[in-house]
Amino acid sequence: MSDATSDPTVDPQQLLLEHDEAPAPRGWLGRFANADSLVVTLLAFLTAMLVGGVLIASADPQTQAAAHYFFQYPWDTFRYGFEAMWNGYKAMFEGAIFNPKLAQKGTLAGYLGPISETLTNATPLILGGLSVGLAFRAGLFNIGGQGQVIMGAVFAGFVGFHYHLPVVLHLIAAIAAGMLGGALWGGIAGFLKAKTGAHEVITTIMLNYVALSSLGYLLKKKGFQAPPYGQAISNPTDKNARLPLLLGGDLRVHAGLIIALLAAVFVGWLLNRSTLGFRLRAVGANQFASRTAGMSVEGSYITVMLIAGALCGLAGVSQILGTNNQLTGDIDAGIGFDAITVALLGRANAGGIVAAGVLFGALHAGGTQMQSTTGTPIDIVQVIQSLIVLFIAAPMLIRTIYHLHVSTSGVNGTLAKGWNG
Amino acid sequence: MSEQTTVQPPEDELVVRPVVVEPPVSTTQRYATAGVLVGLGLITIWLFALRADWDAHAKLRFGALNDPKVHQLSFPSAPVCLAIGIVIVTLGLLWLAVPRRRWFGAIVGSALGLFVVALLCWMSSRNQFSQLDLVGLGSSTIQVAVPLILGALCGVMCERSGVINVAIEGQMLAGAWTGALVGTLVGSLVGIVGAALAGALMGWILAVFAIRYLVNQVVLGVVLNVFAAGLTGFFYDAFMQPHVESLNQPALLDPISLPLLSKIPILGPLLFEQSIIVYITYVLIVVVDVWLFRTRWGLRTRAVGEHPKAADTVGINVLAMRYRNVIIGGAIAGIGGAYFTFQVGQFQKNITSGYGFIALAAVIFGRWSPRGAVGAALLFGFATAMQTTLSINVPSIPSDVIAMLPYLATIFAVAGLVGKVRAPAADGEPYVKE
Repeated sequence: MSDATSDPTVDPQQLLLEHDEAPAPRGWLGRFANADSLVVTLLAFLTAMLVGGVLIASADPQTQAAAHYFFQYPWDTFRYGFEAMWNGYKAMFEGAIFNPKLAQKGTLAGYLGPISETLTNATPLILGGLSVGLAFRAGLFNIGGQGQVIMGAVFAGFVGFHYHLPVVLHLIAAIAAGMLGGALWGGIAGFLKAKTGAHEVITTIMLNYVALSSLGYLLKKKGFQAPPYGQAISNPTDKNARLPLLLGGDLRVHAGLIIALLAAVFVGWLLNRSTLGFRLRAVGANQFASRTAGMSVEGSYITVMLIAGALCGLAGVSQILGTNNQLTGDIDAGIGFDAITVALLGRANAGGIVAAGVLFGALHAGGTQMQSTTGTPIDIVQVIQSLIVLFIAAPMLIRTIYHLHVSTSGVNGTLAKGWNG
Repeated sequence: MSEQTTVQPPEDELVVRPVVVEPPVSTTQRYATAGVLVGLGLITIWLFALRADWDAHAKLRFGALNDPKVHQLSFPSAPVCLAIGIVIVTLGLLWLAVPRRRWFGAIVGSALGLFVVALLCWMSSRNQFSQLDLVGLGSSTIQVAVPLILGALCGVMCERSGVINVAIEGQMLAGAWTGALVGTLVGSLVGIVGAALAGALMGWILAVFAIRYLVNQVVLGVVLNVFAAGLTGFFYDAFMQPHVESLNQPALLDPISLPLLSKIPILGPLLFEQSIIVYITYVLIVVVDVWLFRTRWGLRTRAVGEHPKAADTVGINVLAMRYRNVIIGGAIAGIGGAYFTFQVGQFQKNITSGYGFIALAAVIFGRWSPRGAVGAALLFGFATAMQTTLSINVPSIPSDVIAMLPYLATIFAVAGLVGKVRAPAADGEPYVKE
């Protein structure tokens, strides 16, 4: 691999084929056909949940108390620990998938409430994941999701509450503005990379902070801030500019989900079927070969950062026009960084990112429920999330732990390589 | 890199002398730079000299207000700013007339430096009573820069040996948390050791997954950051928060005055009345620099980072070199994390607040050299200190706009001054023996 990339004479097409086809079968569905890979994925998930379970148990006061007399009577520690783990994960399941107590009411909200929460959480994660994944495939590491989400939300929010347009038109205008905002912010990083060689990791990190400060500034500005001007919160968006709720008024899941799925289809098509996508992947695989083959590397950087920014902008749109309706200082809700893990778990392809987004959305929804029911800190979700990605990325470790003889490749290769591109 | 071996060629052999050919400066760069410099000079003249009060004095102070032996400096601000503005314009015109690539850094750097001087003069002349404390400015610079320097040194060590370290933030967080815990239970000095060990542990995890399990290193770094943030946040909520006094109240590190050195006027109080972590930082800057560029270990590390196969061929244990560097680097970052904890006297969630990423930027910005990284960290620290000073002295600018200053300065410096950088050739490539 390293020899191939450093040789500028390799035909990019040949290189891409070798790159894409060899290790992982295409798409998320394709992975189900591959039993080895499925086993590793499941075991990675289970192992992560197990480690998470131990942590949940350790945070449980009863278990902690029992641990004090562990050497006299160890059974209590295990019993209470297991109970805490069971209760924690039960609460998580109830928050993310199905809650029998709510379902007893017999209403639609009772049955679908948890799923709706999962999907609401998943929507911006999918969009952000697509953004990071797309940039990965073009050889760029977009840590700037946070800034792009903020800018998307600011633009969409501004159009949402400042103008008053007819029904469908207003929503479209606000969405377009959000995409523009994100694209602008991503585009700056792409432009600087193309024109001056400034590394995108530096510029996107710095642009995150600039976006945060801009948001803070705007939230104190008349015309942006909601009266009575005491809190850092913006005017609410117009009813006309909000994304319609998909399952009626009681459930939070909104049309942003449809946008996210359409975006996934678009990104899948873009990467695998379009000429532009071919160029982007070629540049991502080997910029020197692509340049030799007559492709514009600089143009690709700008294009991909514009598209990636627009996708993050859509995540901001989903936040401001769907999940919330007022801008606050933490409108980005950490999506920019969670999106990186989503993209990595989804192996930077569209189907995988959708699945990973839904999984992490479920973990978030479940984590919230768990925190309120059993008092386990929600940070456990981050731990589980990172462990899942870590174990899936290191199939050799899972193989060693479980003495398996499966052959799969990790997340290696197809994603971002070193700093030199 | 920096060392050049000079071998005397035998007399009768054909000697090829290298000729350095400088690529010409592009038209865009020529005019854009000249435009920016002339613009900057005109702004200086207009804002700081012509629009300012001509008789106002710039009042600079070198030390705290209550210090009896404080040095002070007072001079008319506007004429000085006018002169500086003219010099900056001249520099711009000079660049326009004779653009030489190798002068670029010097010209732009000195112009920006002069601009900052003019800005400081102007600020301190605005109010009759206010003085500008340059030592204070310097010490806030150091305060911000120290954790960045430690993080960046970690990054340099890892990446020079060929392992990308995006997980500086995670290593710092682990260090900060452990520092608070051990610092409360045993004592602050032991807390620093604990922080270093925790950072080293995170470094070891990074090394194992990157070197043995061949996980993509960028992926790994991001994941470890999330892991560290989640784990420390979880432990904080679950254990530290209910028992703050017994688990999360480390004693603050007292400043230590070094004998003799702290008696140097101006520089003494600035550099040598600091806490122990700052002195550790001074030592580490020198040690890492010497280590990487003047020792056998360093030569091997760099060889492993540039061309592991060649290094392996001459008998260097590639993987062992990488393990060692990453673990030591992690320990350094852990100390950097402890700095945050001991600054406020307790651990808080996400106490490193993205400084690990800024340290990563400093590694790249400083072109993977310890000196460059220190320079980048100091630049960022200075911009942050200026931000604070500006918001106190010029309250008319909204604080959120000033808060962007360090970040915009970094973007500007990276895009305008540094441009394209080249990482160690094997950075991020796992090495598998054939």
